[in-house]
Amino acid sequence: MNRSFIARNPSVLIFLAILALFTLGVTVLSEGFGIGLISTSFVKVLGKTLCLCLIAIAMDLIWGYTGILSLGHFAFFGLGGYMLGMWLMYERTRQIVVNSLSDGVLPPTPEEVTTGIGNQIFGVVGSSDFPLIWTFADSLVLQLAFVVLVPGILALVFGWLAFRSRVTGVYLSILTQAMTLGLSLYLFQNASGLRGNNGLSGLQNLPGITAPQSVVSLWFFWASALVLGLGYLLVAWIVSGKFGSVIRGIRDNEARVRFLGYSVETYKLAVFTLTACISGIAGALYYPQAGIINPAEVAPIASIYLAVWVAIGGRGRLYGAVIGTAFVSLVSSWFTGGQAPDVPLGFYTVKWVDWWLVLLGLCFVLVTLYAPNGIGGLIDLLKRKRKETDA
Amino acid sequence: MSTLLEVSGVTVSFDGFRAINNLSFQIADAELRAVIGPNGAGKTTFMDIVTGKTRPDEGHILWGDKSISLIGMSEAKIAQAGIGRKFQKPTVFEEQTVQENLMMALRKDRAPLAVLFFKPSKTDFACVEELADQIGLADAFLRVSGELSHGQKQWLEIGMLLAQEPQLLLVDEPAAGMTPAEREKTTAILVDAAKTRAVVVVEHDMEFVRRLNCKVTVLHEGAVLAEGSLDHVTKNQDVIDVYLGR
Repeated sequence: MNRSFIARNPSVLIFLAILALFTLGVTVLSEGFGIGLISTSFVKVLGKTLCLCLIAIAMDLIWGYTGILSLGHFAFFGLGGYMLGMWLMYERTRQIVVNSLSDGVLPPTPEEVTTGIGNQIFGVVGSSDFPLIWTFADSLVLQLAFVVLVPGILALVFGWLAFRSRVTGVYLSILTQAMTLGLSLYLFQNASGLRGNNGLSGLQNLPGITAPQSVVSLWFFWASALVLGLGYLLVAWIVSGKFGSVIRGIRDNEARVRFLGYSVETYKLAVFTLTACISGIAGALYYPQAGIINPAEVAPIASIYLAVWVAIGGRGRLYGAVIGTAFVSLVSSWFTGGQAPDVPLGFYTVKWVDWWLVLLGLCFVLVTLYAPNGIGGLIDLLKRKRKETDA
Repeated sequence: MSTLLEVSGVTVSFDGFRAINNLSFQIADAELRAVIGPNGAGKTTFMDIVTGKTRPDEGHILWGDKSISLIGMSEAKIAQAGIGRKFQKPTVFEEQTVQENLMMALRKDRAPLAVLFFKPSKTDFACVEELADQIGLADAFLRVSGELSHGQKQWLEIGMLLAQEPQLLLVDEPAAGMTPAEREKTTAILVDAAKTRAVVVVEHDMEFVRRLNCKVTVLHEGAVLAEGSLDHVTKNQDVIDVYLGR
């Protein structure tokens, strides 16, 4: 019992090893650093998938371990993306504006530069003034801090209000849906200061970097893999000790934990806020790979997908969340990307672009009914089988 | 003996129904007390009030040497102050081992950060093992508690309460659903626990109460009907009328 955390959780090492091998494999096969078997756009898909796995781990911590079915974590994901996106867009636009103005006889004044950037960024929403929230957009350090702070503070305030009133179960899920819907509707407005439904774009172009996308895509892929590994390690450590005992206790019997003398609300708030911060980081890594972020990304459906991934992968086991997310999101992009062959039935042709959601929904229902432990449950089954044959 | 818990003039109504009606009740340090009464007498509500789950409409609840008022304190704070509660149904964390259950209950800092960085010391392990021994679960120490029998779960929950090192233990129908042998063991655990702390047992079963051999309080319609030894209260005409006569 007193062995180290890694020794007690061999699955952590196995996961990290697989992640490292996967990263190495993709690098070797990539266009940027390897033999070019994997296209740059597919490297981006894989990198984005790693980011989704990261938010899935956060979802597993809040739902699978603590028992709070949050259907709003993509709000935090999107906010993280917006925070880094602001700097990316500002800085790149500034360099373009400065370059184009430097052709003149006189060097451009700061006012000219600012107006130029404002016109470039906010022209689409009929404005050229910088909204207040862009005050620190020129500072990478601050915007990186906001990636964690903004989702964290939103979660802290929202969670404090909800948990203090002892809102639980389906009511809390509905509240979190309302939160992400509210954020999405707000961001859709041009007056929100984040370019309304246009969102932020061109995020794949890093300011001041001339390296081709085939190389940049791998940088982000590595960063995503690294952060996923660290996130996995952190969450696995959190759930392995007494803290993990307490939050699983909250999931299984909240009242009992309370009468043991633990302040259940504080624990819930801590986990909710931490998972929001992780989600923010995942989003900040995701959107530069996607290239664009707009308010549709934080629509309620996104957070529901997240719950579906984790459920299919298996709640309450971190590798389950990762497997479910990687599997479902990759299969999903295959089906909806038009690559899946249509199925002609004679009287009707099944087009997967339209029917994929039906298939996914069916899978979700089947998993919920017949395999509540999801794909991760299969691994448990194999482990038990092996134990039995060993014994 | 000094007073550990003093409940005076407490009244609680649910939608006009007076579940507890001007109840006054005292318990001393290291006292074993049985609370009996027919269904709806307010036994469980009484526990809810003392542990902070239900807030009384009127009255005072004073706790400990310093006579702190428990009204308005959260459940967690009251538990930390030294009141442990056992539920009617055995409620242990079924997916966790006996060891994990006891370790969680062990009297330690309950703040999230302290818990996050908590590393059980040798004394903690020894303490938990000793507790498991005390409640007869030493053999099941590393088993998942969901696999335990009904009686074993009841003991585990009592063990978790003991691990909290409370000054007052509130125990709701500990013998329900137990075999005679299990009852005997439960009696022994409770009597032993009451040597160093106050124990209040709510019970239906007269035979069990007789075996506890302690002062008895009879509740009826949310108030104390009679108090004294079991023989004394069973001879009381009011008690016979409302409870035993039926």
